[in-house]
Amino acid sequence: MYDIKALYEAESVENAVQLLTEHPEAVIIAGGSDVLIKMREGKLAGCELVSIYGLDELRGVTMEEDGTIRIRPLTSFSHITKNPIIQKYINVLGEAVDMVGGPQIRNIGTIGGNTCNGVTSADSASTLHAYDAIMEITGPYGVRTVPIHDFYISAGKVDLKHGELLTSILIKKESYENYYGHYIKYAMRNAMDIATTGCSANVKLSDDKKTIVSARIAYGVAAPVPIRAKSAEEFLNGKEATAENIAAFAKKALDDVNPRTSWRASKELRLQLIEELSKRAMTEAVRLAGGEI
Amino acid sequence: MAVGVSEKRVDAYEKVTGRAKYTDDLAEKNMLVAKVFRSTIANGVVKSIDTSEAEKIPGVVKIITCFDVPQYKFPTAGHPWSTDPAHQDVADRLLLTSRVRYYGDDVAAVIAEDEVAANRAIRAIKAEYEEYPFVLDQIEAMQDGAPQIHEEYKNNILNHTQIYNGDYDEAIKEEGLIKFEGWYDTATVQHCHIENHICYSYMEQGRIVVVSSTQIPHIIRRIVGQALGIPWGKVRIIKPYIGGGFGNKQDALYEPLCAYLTTQVGGRAVKLDMTREETFACNRVRHAIRVHLITYARPDGTFVARKCESFSNQGAYTSHGHSIAAKGISAFSQIYRSKASQADAYTIYTNRATAGAMRAYGIPQITFAMESHVEDIAKALKLDSIKLRQKNMMEVGFTDPFSKNVNYFDSLNQCIAKGREYIHWDEKLEKYKNQTGPIRRGIGMSIFWYNTAVWPISLETSSCRMVLNQDGSIQLQIGETEIGQGSDTAFAQMASETLGIKFEDVHVISTQDTDVTPFGTGSYASRQTYVAGFSIRQTAELLKEKILKHANELTRMPVYNLDIKDGNIVRTTDNKVLMTLGELSTEVLYSVTNCEHITAESTYQCKSNAYSFGCCFAEIEVDIPLCKIKVLDIVNVHDCGKLINPQLAAAQVHGGMSMAIGYALSEQMLYDPKTGKPLNNNLLDYKLSTIMDHPHLEAEFVENYEPTSAYGTKALGEPPAVPAAPAIRNALLNATGVSVNELPLNPHKLFVRFKEEGLI
Amino acid sequence: MQRKLVKCTINGKYTETVVDVRASLTDMLRNDYRLTSVKKGCEVGECGACNVLIDGECFNSCIYLAIWADGKEIKTVEGLLGPNGELSDIQQAFIDEGAVQCGFCTPGFIMTALEILESGREYTDDELRKLLSGHLCRCTGYENIFNAVKKTMLKRLGKL
Repeated sequence: MYDIKALYEAESVENAVQLLTEHPEAVIIAGGSDVLIKMREGKLAGCELVSIYGLDELRGVTMEEDGTIRIRPLTSFSHITKNPIIQKYINVLGEAVDMVGGPQIRNIGTIGGNTCNGVTSADSASTLHAYDAIMEITGPYGVRTVPIHDFYISAGKVDLKHGELLTSILIKKESYENYYGHYIKYAMRNAMDIATTGCSANVKLSDDKKTIVSARIAYGVAAPVPIRAKSAEEFLNGKEATAENIAAFAKKALDDVNPRTSWRASKELRLQLIEELSKRAMTEAVRLAGGEI
Repeated sequence: MAVGVSEKRVDAYEKVTGRAKYTDDLAEKNMLVAKVFRSTIANGVVKSIDTSEAEKIPGVVKIITCFDVPQYKFPTAGHPWSTDPAHQDVADRLLLTSRVRYYGDDVAAVIAEDEVAANRAIRAIKAEYEEYPFVLDQIEAMQDGAPQIHEEYKNNILNHTQIYNGDYDEAIKEEGLIKFEGWYDTATVQHCHIENHICYSYMEQGRIVVVSSTQIPHIIRRIVGQALGIPWGKVRIIKPYIGGGFGNKQDALYEPLCAYLTTQVGGRAVKLDMTREETFACNRVRHAIRVHLITYARPDGTFVARKCESFSNQGAYTSHGHSIAAKGISAFSQIYRSKASQADAYTIYTNRATAGAMRAYGIPQITFAMESHVEDIAKALKLDSIKLRQKNMMEVGFTDPFSKNVNYFDSLNQCIAKGREYIHWDEKLEKYKNQTGPIRRGIGMSIFWYNTAVWPISLETSSCRMVLNQDGSIQLQIGETEIGQGSDTAFAQMASETLGIKFEDVHVISTQDTDVTPFGTGSYASRQTYVAGFSIRQTAELLKEKILKHANELTRMPVYNLDIKDGNIVRTTDNKVLMTLGELSTEVLYSVTNCEHITAESTYQCKSNAYSFGCCFAEIEVDIPLCKIKVLDIVNVHDCGKLINPQLAAAQVHGGMSMAIGYALSEQMLYDPKTGKPLNNNLLDYKLSTIMDHPHLEAEFVENYEPTSAYGTKALGEPPAVPAAPAIRNALLNATGVSVNELPLNPHKLFVRFKEEGLI
Repeated sequence: MQRKLVKCTINGKYTETVVDVRASLTDMLRNDYRLTSVKKGCEVGECGACNVLIDGECFNSCIYLAIWADGKEIKTVEGLLGPNGELSDIQQAFIDEGAVQCGFCTPGFIMTALEILESGREYTDDELRKLLSGHLCRCTGYENIFNAVKKTMLKRLGKL
């Protein structure tokens, strides 16, 4: 039995916005795998909830006419993994969210919840960063969009004002077309774990598969929020896809990140992992793109 | 013949259908709910408690604080009671305490109409403390000036015992000896049975009934009586199906408090259900033990003198206390032989969670130290580590003067031979020489020593009752406790074997009720099949004697020409079935001349013990840049005597191996050095192995019929959890040349060591 | 106390009950329907003991609000038994393979196994391990559980 003060079930997105506006203290509950746990711990005990779980309009993955992939936020991790659009165009995202927790968590956990709770370890977040995802937010004053890089403000805090909710995650055609990606989750066990560090890399190669036209890489738990290694990416762009260049790139990535020491892992270990994972993820991305290393 | 057959578990149908009722499944929906208010400091005194806000919360029935409870100090260890005060466990617990000794200590309890109200009240209670400095490390706790945890134990040393053999100082004078020395450290870990400890209590006819998830119902009855200061007959403990225990539930956990709480609400039923977080933080844990080993060996590898100092982290309260470290130095003194050995064991209080019994009782810790040390010696002397072990390990015929245990068989060599073959030791040893590159493989092994049950340290006794039904089937009741391991099934097989009735005609009463179940001390010390075997065999023989006496009257055949086979009374001269046991039983029960309800009951006091040996071989892959170990293949080989049920025996080994792999690679309770607060007391942050964290687990056996045993069997419950950690550690050494002497071998530790050794 | 009518199908039977909105699905199944195969091991979705099938997919019912079950089809181990107490193939396999020890994780595991089996697919060993990885077991080392699921899968596919 959860210590819920009151629970309001939204019947539509507009209704959810209205309920949130009417109840300024209320917290959104989507799948609940985050909110209910915090409530049980006592952190959210006694609070009001607006449940959007029943809003099927917020489920599913579709492709827009211009090729933009629209991921509705209540799509569960397992449904993202199984989705044919995701499999065809951004398979790495399906692979990444297939590493969240275990099968039951992947059935209840949603990609929207995973990003909106603002944690750096979220398995979906690094890949969404690496693909320049755009967050579509609906609130009392209509719809606005914000790049995912700006959506994350600080640890546990995202750019969602009270009364607003995430209604889509968009990935533009130019962000995914001809890109091939690979995600590595590093955790202390092989299931039911959160990432010590996660690394998502993707690459577009020249037609002869020899040159890196564009490389992108993002990390979870390399900083208080998921981040890209922009200077390392710039270093690699236009270079030949060789083991040496990727090794140099991986070293360079260390300048872009800022992991911390906590009881979960030391900064030194995380830096060791970031360099190694950058190398391995980028190498695999190049291989998936048809390159030879 | 039922013994030696893989009969299906007697409770399997109930368990796969979800019908097996565990404690919470029996609890009624409208019971009162109790929650414990816990200290938020690791050491100090509660000055005052303000419950005024909490009492206003709707649904709160009563709040009891440490200032309200009776002051009878009681021990919690699941040991048989001793009438000799010198052998009694340390009584250092109160139902609730104002002198708090770990973060999460029991300060007050809320009884409420429901869980939400109880939790709200817990959050509303305010306690004022006088805070003392605290200490988490056992060596630090021993130093002068360290915070004193129990006033009467100077330097926090609960106990210090020694086992000295030969003249160590003289032995090390031998010329040409090489000295080896090492420190080895093991972590605080938790049992993680999937059913948390839970109990509920109510009063009936002036007595207290406690239904509890416990391994030791008869012992709990005594401890509840002691804690409440009431006659033990006023207490009744009921044990339904149990979702695992592994030693945590071999302790009085919250039964005494729960029993007390019902008396405070007029005997209404009160349920006290531990959360997973409380199970980690406020139940029992395995002792972290730091071990210092010194070996003087000849260049050919012969051990001449060996020294051990072990420092065991007891945590806040005594529980099983020094018994764990003491058992460890017994293993040290026996598994390897030398001219002289000196072993000192210290058990030291700290402000961690209380350490108690956990699967294999001190032996995983000492084995990690010894088997790592032996491997290091072999490496330094450039000797094959198996040969080094074989040169020095306990010889066949060895007799322990204390337990009178005899090493009857060449079990260790037989087990090693099987494990070595399975893992392809010689071939792999050659193959993995001189590896370079970031990903390397290695193999390692470990042997272990264990014994069976607790004689002669404590009482060993088992009582059994058998009741014959009209159809020739029986009910079997016994004080030894099914907690998931399959003992009820083994007991049915034993009874079937001796009585000559079908396995399915033995109905083992799994629910134990101290009002009804014959006295037995419960499930621990790998004693179930060994100790229960005696009382089952003895009682079955008594029952059989009674049956055959009636058979003699009914068939006019002499008793010595009669037997029971497959549920029939058989004339042994021609194997003719004279009547079924059912016919006999019905005839006798309803006889107008010689009516008898045929039952038998007896107590067997066991005054023996038995060695149980085995080994583990592991093959691993090490990803050096990622500081990670992957177990590729692993085998445990055990000589636990005759297997009563080979399938269940193998299953028991799998579980132990899995637990040991977690112990080796990932499990560890962490405490905040600034506050003493547990950091990872949940199943996400405490890294218990999932199905993806280890490979196929191979369980193999050597079956030497144990001559001291009723059915040839001996310890198997705990030993499987012993040898994997050092085997994996030694495989890491083999793969990388890097020794890591601190468990768990997780990426944090590997990173530091690989850096030190220049591998990354 | 806020209450809500929840209409759902449980083990093939249409049911209605008024629940406290604060209840988890575990609470509802255990308390209102006495389906005590649904176990509580952690109540935060880490152990898998409370796992049930909702519309054919596995969920840890401890972190699923009871009100969300409205309109759903829920299945627990109690629903697997035949009319005369016959065991389903996967339950029988758990017995035959020695996959049951303390039994506390067993119902949850069986429900995940059911989702795996009902997909009608043949999975590799690694895939099977991943599909079973949402459950913790301390007794079995997962060895015989894995064997029970694998053998039942192969039997259903006519390959064993």
